[in-house]
Amino acid sequence: MVESLERFIAEHKFFAGMRPEHIALLVGCASNVRFGAGAYLFREGGDANDFYLIRHGRVALEVFAPQRQPLVVGTVEEGDVLGWSWLVPPHVWRFHGRAMDTTVAIALDGRCLRTKCDEHTDLGYELLKRFTGIMVQRLEATRLQLIDIYSAAP
Amino acid sequence: MNLASTTDPMVPAPWTVRDVRTETYDTRTLTLAPAGGARGPYRPGQFSMLWVFGVGELPISISGDPDAGDRLIYTVRSVGKATRSLVSASPGDTIGVRGPFGTAWPLDAARNKDVLVVAGGIGLAPLRGVIYQVLNHAHEYDRLFVLYGARTPRDVLYPKELRAWAKRPGVQVLTTVDAGRRTWRGRVGVVTTLFPHVDLRPERTVAMVCGPEIMMRFVARDLVARGMAPGDVHLSMERNMKCAVGFCGHCQWGPHFICRDGPVFPYGTIRPLLDRHEL
Repeated sequence: MVESLERFIAEHKFFAGMRPEHIALLVGCASNVRFGAGAYLFREGGDANDFYLIRHGRVALEVFAPQRQPLVVGTVEEGDVLGWSWLVPPHVWRFHGRAMDTTVAIALDGRCLRTKCDEHTDLGYELLKRFTGIMVQRLEATRLQLIDIYSAAP
Repeated sequence: MNLASTTDPMVPAPWTVRDVRTETYDTRTLTLAPAGGARGPYRPGQFSMLWVFGVGELPISISGDPDAGDRLIYTVRSVGKATRSLVSASPGDTIGVRGPFGTAWPLDAARNKDVLVVAGGIGLAPLRGVIYQVLNHAHEYDRLFVLYGARTPRDVLYPKELRAWAKRPGVQVLTTVDAGRRTWRGRVGVVTTLFPHVDLRPERTVAMVCGPEIMMRFVARDLVARGMAPGDVHLSMERNMKCAVGFCGHCQWGPHFICRDGPVFPYGTIRPLLDRHEL
């Protein structure tokens, strides 16, 4: 099982080019998780102590507003990395994450990783660079969503 | 040059509306047949000038299958007076047609390569002919990717066809919407979020992109960042076209007349113009 986890993490595009000793540190914080359709991986305001590598299924990022249906602001699926709140204080989820289908993922324990990043700052820097890339992509996508480019009068 | 009847590109030929199909709450597809003569050839990406008598004339891309029949098919979104009149047309009505005009999608250059279609909103209509052509001549192309982004689930164009295309071998169709409710079971996010889910071979791919200009700019930048050559990424531009033959200058864009030199351009040719605010 650990070997399978190690292989998956080492071969994941998000960790491409990472040093083997760093992969080993990551594997020490990793576990397999499974969520049934409709189950919440996390809820807005909850402690953000994990991030996920989605292996199968799709997860909706939802925002609730009173007296309205939940709004889905994004989805992530197989191959995607879900969650960066574990890295940024106060380590709180900003959205709800709900499995749209049965979802299989690898969860990486953020508390475990934060401790290892403090001990191995080169690992911390490496992760920070990679997560910053994800944050930039999400920020750009969010800006495009805000522009509402398909509306009749953009 | 002309689709039917007249040889003067400035004189519209009468065509009869044969069918009107409602695609979404604001978009309809019109099927036109020539009132006399036969339909001339056209290539996917080209457009016609459609004259709604008493209202005005406007450029609309042809969205049908060039190999099929003698009809002309246009998918029109109601966003103003002229388009509102067009989508309100009924079978039996007469519409004036000029064209076809402009450049086409580079299907010849895409032979033996992957074809990547990236469409946003109504931008799927000008690309539908490309998809038909690639599917009709599948042995001439490698893989076909159709990435489609719409505003909401109720704005998704051609949903049945999207599902049918996805079942064809060698075809991957990914659809996403910018905002969705829980009842939507598909993806939510802008169209560029689909790129990581495509097995892109940059050196063996020709991309054809159509949608709002800002979307095309981001898509083209992203594709180049993923290793595609700017000359292999093609965009369909839109400006205020009037004469459609490069005389009047209404659609002048830097050194180009979009009606004559476009609407389809290689990104490598127009990249500097896309970033100039004054154009």
